[in-house]
Amino acid sequence: MFRNFPSVSALATVALMAACGTAFADQPYPWQIDLQPAASAVAEQVREFNYLISVIIVAISVFVLVLMAYIAWRFNAKRNPVPSKRAHNTVLEVLWTALPVLILVVIAVPSLKLLYVMDRNPAAEMTIKAVGHQWYWSYEYPDHDDFTFDSIMVPDDQLQPGQPRLLAVDNEVVLPIETDVRILVTSDDVIHSWAVPSFGIKTDAVPGRVNETWVRIRREGTYYGQCSELCGVNHGYMPIAVRAVSRQAFDEWTAAAKEKFARADGGGTRVAGRTATTTAR
Amino acid sequence: MYIVLSIVSALIGGGMSWIIRLELAEPGIQFIQDPQLYNVMVTAHGLIMVFFVVMPGLIGGFGNWFVPLMIGAPDMAFPRMNNISFWLLAAALCLLVTAGLTGTGPGTGWTFYPPLSNSTFHSGPAVDFGILSLHLAGASSILGAINFITTILNMRAPGMTMHRMPLFVWSMLVTAFLLLLAVPVLAGALTMLLTDRNFGTTFFAPEGGGDPVLWQHLFWFFGHPEVYIMIIPAFGIISQVVSTFSKKPVFGYLGMAYAMVAIGFIGFVVWAHHMYTVGLDVNTRAYFVLATMIIAVPTGIKIFSWLATMWGGSIEFKTPMLFATGFIALFVVGGVTGVVLANAGLDVQLQDTYYVIAHFHYVLSVAAVFALTTGFYYWIGKMSGRQYPETLGKIHFWLTFVGVNVLFFPQHFLGVAGMPRRIPDYPDAFAGWNMISSIGALITALGTLLFLFIVWRTMAAGKAAEPNPWGVGATTLEWSVPSPAPFHTHEELPRVSAQPAE
Ligand SMILES: [Cu+2]
Repeated sequence: MFRNFPSVSALATVALMAACGTAFADQPYPWQIDLQPAASAVAEQVREFNYLISVIIVAISVFVLVLMAYIAWRFNAKRNPVPSKRAHNTVLEVLWTALPVLILVVIAVPSLKLLYVMDRNPAAEMTIKAVGHQWYWSYEYPDHDDFTFDSIMVPDDQLQPGQPRLLAVDNEVVLPIETDVRILVTSDDVIHSWAVPSFGIKTDAVPGRVNETWVRIRREGTYYGQCSELCGVNHGYMPIAVRAVSRQAFDEWTAAAKEKFARADGGGTRVAGRTATTTAR
Repeated sequence: MYIVLSIVSALIGGGMSWIIRLELAEPGIQFIQDPQLYNVMVTAHGLIMVFFVVMPGLIGGFGNWFVPLMIGAPDMAFPRMNNISFWLLAAALCLLVTAGLTGTGPGTGWTFYPPLSNSTFHSGPAVDFGILSLHLAGASSILGAINFITTILNMRAPGMTMHRMPLFVWSMLVTAFLLLLAVPVLAGALTMLLTDRNFGTTFFAPEGGGDPVLWQHLFWFFGHPEVYIMIIPAFGIISQVVSTFSKKPVFGYLGMAYAMVAIGFIGFVVWAHHMYTVGLDVNTRAYFVLATMIIAVPTGIKIFSWLATMWGGSIEFKTPMLFATGFIALFVVGGVTGVVLANAGLDVQLQDTYYVIAHFHYVLSVAAVFALTTGFYYWIGKMSGRQYPETLGKIHFWLTFVGVNVLFFPQHFLGVAGMPRRIPDYPDAFAGWNMISSIGALITALGTLLFLFIVWRTMAAGKAAEPNPWGVGATTLEWSVPSPAPFHTHEELPRVSAQPAE
């Protein structure tokens, strides 16, 4: 399996790029050591903050480890047979208390700014609701006649070329780009977590609570995430897939979706989506 | 006794982690066909390592043995209570194993989050066994904690003032207070979960007016101090060893002692940084960001003080010292990633990913195991009367040190890339770093086999240990008695005039 993975994923990446006409891979890629490319302003800020803090922590770690290596070399028993007796240095002790405080302040200011920006957006233009189930997600569009559908992982043996394994679903959530979308997240059984790394979003789906987050997607594409709270046997098999399209394409899609999918309140016709609630595996 | 239990549990818990790593070596399901079995493994690995390896090893094992020796007391204050405490723990381990073998087992993670852990989603007695096991382990810890506090406060030899106590004793005192305050909260939460499961209460069930998030608050109010319960004794051991092998007193003794007190104290007010994504108010999150970051300050004091202790010393890199330096290195790497995770804005990306796994294995699991190993090599002569083989010990260090870094460092990358924890199979893009991580697990496994061989060698054919094998650097009281230490040491109270730690 390991030997043929580069070819599989290369194929997947190429196919994905072809499919959505973008140069970004909005899913994890091999040997990745960085956050996924940002698809929203919030995710962009998360990335920038990550760079800042990464530089700081690497600098601190390297400083301490090099210092340790120097001490191990310089004060080795062979090189330094007579130990000193010094056990105090007030200046030094104050210094290594005060300096970390300063560094923490440098981190804390942008950190808190980011936290408040990403929290919620009172001026959302539309709302969708993601509901976690064992083990799939369902989505509701309350602003568009409240239609609803289930989003179930495509099993390995039914993958189409270009669909990433364990990430692709039968019905993707479709959202318009350049629109402030409010996302409500809840669950009807155990705790799940709705996560899309490219949007900088991870929000727990807690039964009995409705959590709120938001996104403004910058570019078209298909974005993938995975359930991020242990929710039972098939926790690893309930991915999240969001397809971002132009506003016009979104209107066309909602018009078709109203016909195709049932309404969340049980009214209207029951077709597709709702009846296909067989588990993914 | 405690140390034997700890080693046996380590083999069970470690064996599970190797199975997990083998399963994760390549994409696709390798041999654990049932994901529930995988979840049970993950749960049991976590619980065993925390409650049955690190805690009994550091606190029960080294603490019970060396606190009385170091403060010049003949034994712990309540030897019988100590005995009960041990057998409660043994019973708890049996219960936990029973839980794993009952029905489909508890596949909830060691955090037991409801509703997944309630009777709807985990029917059958497996989770109940798990809860009872933790109850017993908790009772055992509380008894142990009372014993430590009494011993340390009342049974010090004349002249052994609080500010002259070795740092290991300080660390055990702080740990005992943390246990005493945190474990009852866990016990309460577990009892509520138990009645939710069996007697129809709805503390954590929204349909009855309860709230699953309440469980998380209670669990982490215990759970965060718990991580310091595991690491503060490690601080104590490392301080002793660094000072001994540098042949210098500990630098900034008072700062070191009160840094531990500060860490213990702040540890109680930061629990919700485990819960940034559950939907807390944004101001609440901002508070927990700041409170959490403050912990970096006393932790930094400890790191720099260890380095300053070594500075100007005449350092002999015997095996315990190697493991102690390894501990500091691992702890620094794990510490800085802790500062990263403290930031709620970024933590949203990293929460419940392998980044968290890498972070806590660095600071807590591997570092704590390094401290255990340090303590083993440092004190085995005193405990068994036989010294370990030096060259093999050094090989053991290098194998383990390389192994754990290859094992856990790539997991940072997996986490940043978004790989969720607790999944038996992953998207193909994560294959590369997972493979490397599994290779690291293999190297670490070799190190562990070597360690077992070393234990056997030491017991069967180790050289007889002198009362003090470490020379002038070893100034604490345990080195003034013969090896192995007799059953009731210090029958005549030693007088302490020089400051042992400073
Ligand atoms: Cu889930």
